Amino acid sequence: METRLNAGLAEYLIALGDDELILSHRDSEWCGHAPILEEDIAFANLAVDELGHARLWYELAAELLDEDKERFPDHLAYFRDASEWRNVQLVSLPNGDWAFSVLRRYLFDVLEVERLRGLKQSSYKPLAEAAAKIYNEELYHVRHGRAWLPRLGLGTEESHRRMQTALNDLWPFTPQLFQALPGESELSGVVPTTPGLEAEWRTKVVADLASANLNPPEKSNPMNRPRTQQTEHMMDLLSESQMVARANVEARW
Amino acid sequence: MYGASVDDVKHDEKEDAGKMAAFEARIARGEKIEPGDWMPAEYRKQLIRMISQHAHSEIVGMLPEGAWITRAPSLKRKLILLAKVQDEAGHGQYLYHAAETLGISREEMVEMLLTGAAKYSNIFNYPTLNWADIGTIGWLVDGAAIMNQTMLARCSYGPYSRAMVRICMEENFHKKQGQEQVILLSQGTPSQQKMMQDAITRWWWPTLMMFGPHDTDSPNSPLLVRWGIKTRSNDELRQDFVNQMAPDLMALGLELPDPDLRLNEETGNWDFGAINWDEFWRVVKGDGPMNAQRMAARRKAHDDGLWVREALAAYAERQARLN
Repeated sequence: METRLNAGLAEYLIALGDDELILSHRDSEWCGHAPILEEDIAFANLAVDELGHARLWYELAAELLDEDKERFPDHLAYFRDASEWRNVQLVSLPNGDWAFSVLRRYLFDVLEVERLRGLKQSSYKPLAEAAAKIYNEELYHVRHGRAWLPRLGLGTEESHRRMQTALNDLWPFTPQLFQALPGESELSGVVPTTPGLEAEWRTKVVADLASANLNPPEKSNPMNRPRTQQTEHMMDLLSESQMVARANVEARW
Repeated sequence: MYGASVDDVKHDEKEDAGKMAAFEARIARGEKIEPGDWMPAEYRKQLIRMISQHAHSEIVGMLPEGAWITRAPSLKRKLILLAKVQDEAGHGQYLYHAAETLGISREEMVEMLLTGAAKYSNIFNYPTLNWADIGTIGWLVDGAAIMNQTMLARCSYGPYSRAMVRICMEENFHKKQGQEQVILLSQGTPSQQKMMQDAITRWWWPTLMMFGPHDTDSPNSPLLVRWGIKTRSNDELRQDFVNQMAPDLMALGLELPDPDLRLNEETGNWDFGAINWDEFWRVVKGDGPMNAQRMAARRKAHDDGLWVREALAAYAERQARLN
């Protein structure tokens, strides 16, 4: 591909990797604190998967930019300030309660599956291959989320209330999921258009939620910021995740 | 009837004596005892105590390491640590199941942990204060646990023995990644070397205490040896551990905080100084640096998760009604 396309695709992949890595961080915070032991295991596993996906996307970006495949992913993860990250705000929000964390994952995972379905068809072969691998894992993630929806949505009065509250809180952050990603405008045929994923996502999500007696809020104030704009929570998150690496810049781990 | 019941008791005692002899003969032949088999009440009780304590240790043990997942200094290390802590949760689950074969539920065991009636490994009542603690826990703490668990893999109770075989395989991987990190950090930048030395200085003595009290102060040991639950004593295992670890750590230029540590040419053992048993018993009794925080974290997870478990139960009940 041409250099300009390479740079655009790398930007796109880094944004995808950022989504995955930040969500992995939030999921990993549940490790040792989940409501049942089986979910300590499941959420750690989800976090492992997402971390693996982030690395894959960063490595592909490294190839496109002619950077070192070993070092570039760590450079992205540990030596960028909040303003340089391109993840959606949804993934950096603090975990809240179990309802919030489960629902956030579900909303995000359904989008990922839709996007990966398109990426599997990419004309850029390394990307299509990586997407095929990740796609299979994400199907399990969606299955995990879909198993929780009716259990919490229909379980008890309290669990229903918590789920509906979480949905009301999360919903304003979903429009941002469908903004074109950085670099995307130049990548016709290489990646699916992100705004084009919204209709399918909405149909699936609204149906799943309805079967769990949950409804998206009728009125919400969309937090549709550009991906260049991060939440305040990102600064706390990064000061934690980068503290050891930044205190020992010369070190190898 | 009074008389009959006296007879019954006699009869039972006689039968028990016979059963006991048969049970002990099976153990002497190296047979495994399985869940449905007859076993003395004390054997059952000791196994429940040991297996549940072991399961709790895996669960509480997720906390000190888990705190560093979000701070791991490279994506590779983060991935390894996450997978490791996930393994610990899996071990906990596996061990709770093994204990359940003895007629106790996970809920009862968790309750005993939360009320303080059941113990977990003392080592997790120490804090993790820098990144090098993660490598140290892998190599030293998991290394010590493996010595104990390799012995338990040969124990007479089938489900525990099989659980240990599987768990030891994963623990060996944990130990290797720990060793790799300790080597790397001890040969790294000055600040890495400093954090490595700090970690070894803090963890050395608590790790030696992991093997439990001196043989002379370990009331359960003789019975456990006789019934094939333990096959080696606390002091024997501890000595093996020191013999293995001391030269390896010193070869990396790390200093061990024991002026009395030296190779005894006559015995071939590494002699070591007196363990601070006051500290050991203090921590066992709840007065260690992190006992309160560890239990608070477990209670919080339990309390915060109550509504989730209630929802799961209500949903299951609803589905059962519908079907």
